[in-house]
Amino acid sequence: MRLLSRKATCNTHGQDSSYFLGWQEYEKNPYDEIQNPTGIIQMGLAENQLSFDLLESWLADNPDAAGFKKDGQSIFRELALFQDYHGLAAFKKALVEFMAEIRGNKVTFDQNKIVLTAGATSANETLMFCLAEPGEAFLLPTPYYPGFDRDLKWRTGVEIVPIQCTSSNGFQITAPALEEAFQEAQKRNLRVKGVLVTNPSNPLGTTMTRNELNLLLSFITEKGIHLISDEIYSGTVFSSPGFVSIMEALKDRKCENSQVWNRVHIVYSLSKDLGLPGFRVGAIYSNDDMVVSAATKMSSFGLVSSQTQYLLSALLSDKKFTRNYISENQKRLKQRKKLLVKGLEKAGISCLKSNAGLFCWVNMKLLLSSNTFEAEMELWKKIVHEVKLNISPGSSCHCTEPGWFRVCFANMSEETLSLAIQRLNSFVKSMNNQSHHQIKKSSRRKSLTKWVFRLSFDHDHREPEER
Amino acid sequence: MEKQHQLLSKIATNERHGENSPYFDGWKAYDSNPFHPTDNPDGVIQMGLAENPLSFDLIIDWIKKHPTASICTPEGANMFKDIANFQDYHGLREFRRAIAKFMERVGGGRVTFDPDRIVMSGGATGANETITFCLADPGDAFLVPSPYYPAFDRDLGWRTGVRIIPVDCHSSNNFQITKAALEAAYDKAQQDGINVKGLIIANPSNPLGTTLDRETVKIILSFINEKNIHIVCDEIYAATIFSAPNFVSIAEVIEEMDCNRDLIHIVYSLSKDMGLPGFRVGIVYSYNDAVVHCARKMSSFGLVSSQTQYLLATILSDEEFVGNFLAESSKRLKKRHSIFTKGLEQVGISCLKSNAGLFVWMNLRHLLKEQTNDGEMALWRVIINDVKLNVSPGSSFHCIEPGWFRVCFANMDDETVDVALKRIHAFVGEQKEREMPKKTNCWKKIFGSASHLVYLKRVLDLHM
Repeated sequence: MRLLSRKATCNTHGQDSSYFLGWQEYEKNPYDEIQNPTGIIQMGLAENQLSFDLLESWLADNPDAAGFKKDGQSIFRELALFQDYHGLAAFKKALVEFMAEIRGNKVTFDQNKIVLTAGATSANETLMFCLAEPGEAFLLPTPYYPGFDRDLKWRTGVEIVPIQCTSSNGFQITAPALEEAFQEAQKRNLRVKGVLVTNPSNPLGTTMTRNELNLLLSFITEKGIHLISDEIYSGTVFSSPGFVSIMEALKDRKCENSQVWNRVHIVYSLSKDLGLPGFRVGAIYSNDDMVVSAATKMSSFGLVSSQTQYLLSALLSDKKFTRNYISENQKRLKQRKKLLVKGLEKAGISCLKSNAGLFCWVNMKLLLSSNTFEAEMELWKKIVHEVKLNISPGSSCHCTEPGWFRVCFANMSEETLSLAIQRLNSFVKSMNNQSHHQIKKSSRRKSLTKWVFRLSFDHDHREPEER
Repeated sequence: MEKQHQLLSKIATNERHGENSPYFDGWKAYDSNPFHPTDNPDGVIQMGLAENPLSFDLIIDWIKKHPTASICTPEGANMFKDIANFQDYHGLREFRRAIAKFMERVGGGRVTFDPDRIVMSGGATGANETITFCLADPGDAFLVPSPYYPAFDRDLGWRTGVRIIPVDCHSSNNFQITKAALEAAYDKAQQDGINVKGLIIANPSNPLGTTLDRETVKIILSFINEKNIHIVCDEIYAATIFSAPNFVSIAEVIEEMDCNRDLIHIVYSLSKDMGLPGFRVGIVYSYNDAVVHCARKMSSFGLVSSQTQYLLATILSDEEFVGNFLAESSKRLKKRHSIFTKGLEQVGISCLKSNAGLFVWMNLRHLLKEQTNDGEMALWRVIINDVKLNVSPGSSFHCIEPGWFRVCFANMDDETVDVALKRIHAFVGEQKEREMPKKTNCWKKIFGSASHLVYLKRVLDLHM
């Protein structure tokens, strides 16, 4: 008899993927400005370390939240005992108001429809348990966050069927792609229960257009299925076009009393917008009472620490703070992203035009020895081991085209980012020199090199991807 | 509505979360009419919640004196950024070390725990579900000695699809687990074609409040070894022991006998021993490397907040505090247990002799109108609605003998304990009053005089 469960012995947790292997390499040889200046720079971690000072100064001004006190009185006992899976009311109120504020108050949320979970990781898994049986499927646009393979599939037995998106239109979701994915699922005998999108997108760093949102709503209405919108990066939108939440799209279509209203669910978290991944604060928002009820019961398996709920309810209730934080944080992200994009341009490398997220979706096709995933892996290994940068290869995000890489920019100091760009620049130069020496002096090649350099000047002018 | 149902999964719409069981009716009664000494003195007293706030003052005092343990105070804020950013599922090293040390202290210093085997989970709730996901497939089964904690049905079986098979225990031997009972449950499962993957025991027991003696632990270990099935030992109440015999962790016994360590797993938590259920600190500890690795990956679904890990790492590393806390907490639990059981004895109510836990296993069989589940439920409704105490009926713990009730004593202040005991005294008195008229007439017929009658009544009372 097998000693452990199938789940324990399979590798559906997905942690053997290159996404995680890069992390392992980093762990063995991590960059440190002083201790290890030739180490690997971590650019595979979508963290937001740019605005901690704002949080720290808020803490300095608000001692009660720190010391388990309310109005000077100790509330330790109440917090220590508080394990109600409905969550701290004050925290849920503050959280839904924060979510509304991020959306420019164009939509509002009901605190009774939000369920607190241990991070978005738990929120996504919980929604799968609520909406699908083992063997059923959700459609996801590619490229997508590698962690979804574990979060959505591992313990739930749910399948993912990709909606193939390509660079020909900036990886936007199209109606044919949706239909093709649905058919593919049918071919594989998988019943489709819904679509899950990340908006803003990880790894693309782009917000969904109204057109895409409407396409999705029409699609799920026609098929009678669910839509989950993981809006974990909603607060990181730093330039136009702005963020349009799925709730706003529903409202614009006047869907409040329709059936589709109950089939749209949002996942949120404070891990990216506030840069607090350690605190494990995730949430599910649903208009369907049964989903809220079932998810609430399931949240028992991963509640948010009451100590943390209390701290954050105080923080997020301070509207002056949240208003300032949201705007300042976005400013800093915008500036940081610009730094990376310009730096890459100088090396002749372009990025997908983006307006959100903590990373860029970088096009390194020109550096591939061939238009294959093997070549992508080859390039990736070089970048990790020789250039000493841990970036994430597009194949780990299930991208259909080789040559794309996700490069994070918000989890390090400006100096470290500049160093990373320098290293990449040197690498590209050396690759170009190699190709100069290796091949015949054909005019085709010459014009290729010229094209690479021209790109770095023309980038701002070209525009099929404009959103 | 039907269509709605189809849009959701079976798990979302079935009843296996168990929250529609009568166990929760008592809670609903409490929620709609909660006792308060001044605002609502006739309300329902909550005696169904196994919480332990008796020693919070010690913790609060420590927190006041150690501002660096918080990442939010001026003294501790320099750690804020690193801690807030820390989501590594290995957990803070200091946290794991501190937990391992704490578990060693709780085990009487006779055991050692390896910090690298400590895996976090969302409370013991998350730990029990995670270990089940690691060890069993849907359709497999775990044996669980009854009576057992009602939420095991949800934690072990709801999303995992694993079944629970009770191993029935009887009051005839104080509900001890016997080899015969284990064998019988296992054999029946085999006959029914059910694949038993393991045994889950709670030591100390909820709801019994008793600890397993060394001999019983050895019997259990031999049993699981022989059948090559897992044992999960939920030791969540380990530090609530307030009198002899000492706590014997399974970690201690495996050092004394040959057994396959790949089958040995422990679940722990700070929710009962330290009274911190709000902080969601659950631990999976396994001697099986593959299980440690798998459980650790699964812990992503229920990590402990880094803010909380940091606080607890600091407080639990203070060995002087820990020693003092454990001793004092134990003392206070013992005192409370004594007051409560003596108060019950005064009206002829006995409890299972216990040395741990936050509750007593109360014997009300003599008050049942009929020795059946219905009889127990009827009595229970009277206790909830008339006596206004939310106690937990034995049937909700899958006890096979009607008439037992779990009553929590640690989750209230001294005055409320008093009120609860008074109500119980009054209730028992009324029960006797109701039965008295028949007996009065009978004795009067035989003996005639009133004073003689009073004397006999006293005799009867003494013997009840």
